[in-house]
Amino acid sequence: MSHQVKGLKEEARGRVKGRARSGSPPTGDRLGRRPSSKRAPKAQGTLGRRGAQRSQKERTGGSPSPGSPQRKQAERRRLGEELGKQEPSKAEGTCKGRRKRDERSPLKEQTAPSKKEKEIPRKEEKLKRHKKPRSSSLASSGSGGESLSEEELARILEQVEEKKKLIATMRSKPWPMVKKLTELREAQEFVEKYEGALGKGKGKRLYACKTLMAKKWVKFKRDFDNFKTQCIPWEMKIKDIESHFGSSVASYFIFLRWMYGVNLVLFGLIFGLVIIPEVLMGMPYGSIPRKTVPRAEEESAMDFSVLWDFEGYIKYSALFYGYYNNQRTIGWLRYRLPMAYFMVGVSVFGYSLMIVIRSMASNTQGSTGEGESDNFTFSFKMFTSWDYLIGNSETADNKYASITTSFKESIVDEQESNKEENIHLTRFLRVLANFLIICCLCGSGYLIYFVVKRSQQFSKMQNVSWYERNEVEIVMSLLGMFCPPLFETIAALENYHPRTGLKWQLGRIFALFLGNLYTFLLALMDDVHLKLANEETIKNITHWTLFNYYNSSGWNESVPRPPLHPADVPRGSCWETAVGIEFMRLTVSDMLVTYITILLGDFLRACFVRFMNYCWCWDLEAGFPSYAEFDISGNVLGLIFNQGMIWMGSFYAPGLVGINVLRLLTSMYFQCWAVMSSNVPHERVFKASRSNNFYMGLLLLVLFLSLLPVAYTVMSLPPSFDCGPFSGKNRMYDVLQETIENDFPTFLGKIFAFLANPGLIIPAILLMFLAIYYLNSVSKSLSQANAQLRKKIQALREVEKSHRSVKGKATARDSGDTLKSSSKNTTQLQLTKEETSPPSASQSQAMDKKAQGLGTSNSARGTMLPASGHLPISRPPGVRIDSGHPLSQTHLWRSASGKSAQRPPH
Amino acid sequence: MGSKQTVFTHEQLEAYQDNPFRQRIAQVFSNNGDGHMTLDNFLDMFSVMSEMAPRDLKAYYAFKIYDFNNDDYICAWDLEQTVTKLTRGELSAEEVSLVCEKVLDEADGDHDGRLSLEDFQNMILRAPDFLSTFHIRI
Repeated sequence: MSHQVKGLKEEARGRVKGRARSGSPPTGDRLGRRPSSKRAPKAQGTLGRRGAQRSQKERTGGSPSPGSPQRKQAERRRLGEELGKQEPSKAEGTCKGRRKRDERSPLKEQTAPSKKEKEIPRKEEKLKRHKKPRSSSLASSGSGGESLSEEELARILEQVEEKKKLIATMRSKPWPMVKKLTELREAQEFVEKYEGALGKGKGKRLYACKTLMAKKWVKFKRDFDNFKTQCIPWEMKIKDIESHFGSSVASYFIFLRWMYGVNLVLFGLIFGLVIIPEVLMGMPYGSIPRKTVPRAEEESAMDFSVLWDFEGYIKYSALFYGYYNNQRTIGWLRYRLPMAYFMVGVSVFGYSLMIVIRSMASNTQGSTGEGESDNFTFSFKMFTSWDYLIGNSETADNKYASITTSFKESIVDEQESNKEENIHLTRFLRVLANFLIICCLCGSGYLIYFVVKRSQQFSKMQNVSWYERNEVEIVMSLLGMFCPPLFETIAALENYHPRTGLKWQLGRIFALFLGNLYTFLLALMDDVHLKLANEETIKNITHWTLFNYYNSSGWNESVPRPPLHPADVPRGSCWETAVGIEFMRLTVSDMLVTYITILLGDFLRACFVRFMNYCWCWDLEAGFPSYAEFDISGNVLGLIFNQGMIWMGSFYAPGLVGINVLRLLTSMYFQCWAVMSSNVPHERVFKASRSNNFYMGLLLLVLFLSLLPVAYTVMSLPPSFDCGPFSGKNRMYDVLQETIENDFPTFLGKIFAFLANPGLIIPAILLMFLAIYYLNSVSKSLSQANAQLRKKIQALREVEKSHRSVKGKATARDSGDTLKSSSKNTTQLQLTKEETSPPSASQSQAMDKKAQGLGTSNSARGTMLPASGHLPISRPPGVRIDSGHPLSQTHLWRSASGKSAQRPPH
Repeated sequence: MGSKQTVFTHEQLEAYQDNPFRQRIAQVFSNNGDGHMTLDNFLDMFSVMSEMAPRDLKAYYAFKIYDFNNDDYICAWDLEQTVTKLTRGELSAEEVSLVCEKVLDEADGDHDGRLSLEDFQNMILRAPDFLSTFHIRI
């Protein structure tokens, strides 16, 4: 009996087990099978388990004493030896000497590793071939009614187990279909033969049913996912843009879409609760003075030029504050319109605040979630970015573009992180750039201040020229036009990563625009105060007119006089409507300017460059005018400030939100078209930051800034006496008090009064501060723990990597080992599987231990792995010893394969 | 492959013309690597590319597909081929070499300058969307 042959036999048998990922010695059946059945796909797992139970029963029933592990081991070895004796003659006959080569020249296999894969099935076949004659003889002896000897029974059981494992793991073997089929049939036949009629009818049907259901479920999930994707508006458009222009440009469109959603909700709120009830149930147009165009304006009220300025009929419509009546309840529903108006105004801000903060929070959560993919950015891009499902040439084009873009993005990131730079020079340049930009900002701030002062002087003068009237606007738009490019030029000094650069640019232009916004607000406030000052006199005039009208002499006293026509009643200037109109105009003109800029600056330029290039003296496309890039910062800020206008104006012009919804809708389509048709991608396509929290932060700031003036006007200015839902009250919020007093039971009123007590509010605010402080510190410590865990994982990976490289070199030296790669593979796979489970707080300890275990030494690993339960016993120690290359791994195999290894062979 | 369809329409066949690795797929699954497939090869291909195929199996065949010169290692040349196919040659030579360098740097566990099957599997097991992209539906 030769060592080699025996070793091979053992090896081949062990290999089947090893593939099945059983980590225990073959005798510990129950223990050994558990992990394998767990790992196998579910349906098969159940099959395997059922079989296992049965075999367990058989063993306990059929053989009175199954034998101690040691004994079985010995039996097995003896059997192997017997087989080894038989082997040469049979195998050589069938294999045409192939096997011989395998045995004798293992070196060759090492050099040509592609053969290795083929070897594996060959060995399996071989194994089977040996088993067949044996099993048939066994079967005949069994059917003869003779009592089976113990060892034979054990052997059969073992083989059945092997077959079962083969069936279970068949799916994940890289064999061709035909081979799989024959193997499977063979194995099934074998198992059925020795296990009796196992699971023939019901089990099979159940299994088929289960797989069918699984398939259907997968299909359903897929369809549902597709459906969900289709339900997201403009998803395809945005993906299209993303694939050509990079994620940074797409982030603007995603922001735009989000904004559209928010505005839709606001629109629903305002239309549903204010405008529609007023239109349906309120007093009709022309019934009272505030709902009628005054006599003086009647002539031109329908002219387009007037309507375009939101005067005339539009001014006296439900789009503006002034149209609403101060009746406490309207219609048969007794709808409390003034109350609703106030509450909607409050909830517009409440909802906006809530949604902005919530989306910021969810963005932060999302951005901390991953971290694993950071280590394999390029590998994942290279090997998993192509979607094999793509079956449409247009989609494929987009995919190519998007892969290229994403590669470019990652390359920019990579180059940025590797950049060698003179730190002192960069610092100096950055300080210089900031200084220059602050100078610019101060200068423009002073200019605005100067112009506003001058315009106040002009407004007092008579007959001023067109330029003098519009000086503020002109200066503002000139600043808005020239400052951003100037900032961009200065920012080139700073040499930031484009993503960081974009943030700085956004912040700077934001500061510039803030001046814009606040001059506008100050001018508006002056206007409002002026109107308020005049209000008292107008009020007196109105009273006098009405008084004179009804009490004038020269009319028949007996017949009551017909009421004065509402158009003739003198009325106040209604500052709220004026403010609303101002915002409305601003929004519309802003929209038009944006569209015209796109049309002229992008589209016409692109057309010019494209078509004049044929007859021009230099290359227009590459040279000076070129195509425009998409201006992310300008567009984002435009959107944010526009939204600020909407928030400020929506209280005084409920229709403003409707206009804004239209604006966002058109701008979505228009800008998508403009980008795709006439813009070119940025020179350095860069990845957008994962969360667009910077946009959100700016938006939150603008929301806060726009909340201030509205809150100020509501809280401290008296409403107009003859227009709007709050007319006649001292302050707008009095409507709340009125409702509480009249519509709620008295005790509720008392409770509200109690709650409004400063003695209660101040402690509540203090409590809130404490809570914020507490939560903040908790989140800080949690994030710290998170960072630490991440560091630990990183360290673990490093250790594993270096470990593997050492092992790889060692195994490369070991030339006699044919099984190395596959067995090691399984080890590695399982290792990685263990590690890929996301770290949680509860796991941190285990992770820690593991890191230590891996870090300390090889032996630590060796002792740890058997405990984890799926170390493959793909090879007996015999081969290792024979090959004469003592390795650090040897003891690992010893300890793993249990006592059999330590005990000398008989 | 739950579809009962037995004859492929022209459009359906046309739909698979866009895969940059179509030739590799055909070569990997054909008998002797010449890209001509028998019915059995074809079935093999779809069993591997189906949604139900296990991850390890997919990873094994993905490795073979990306191993352009069939030497059982993904070397720098293979990576260059892959990048060029994926981007239709839009990246410059330096960018391509940078990408290949980075990939080797990330995924090469034993630092031998090429990716073995083991390295590849180790990497691909962590990829979040490997399973979702590496399959074909009919």
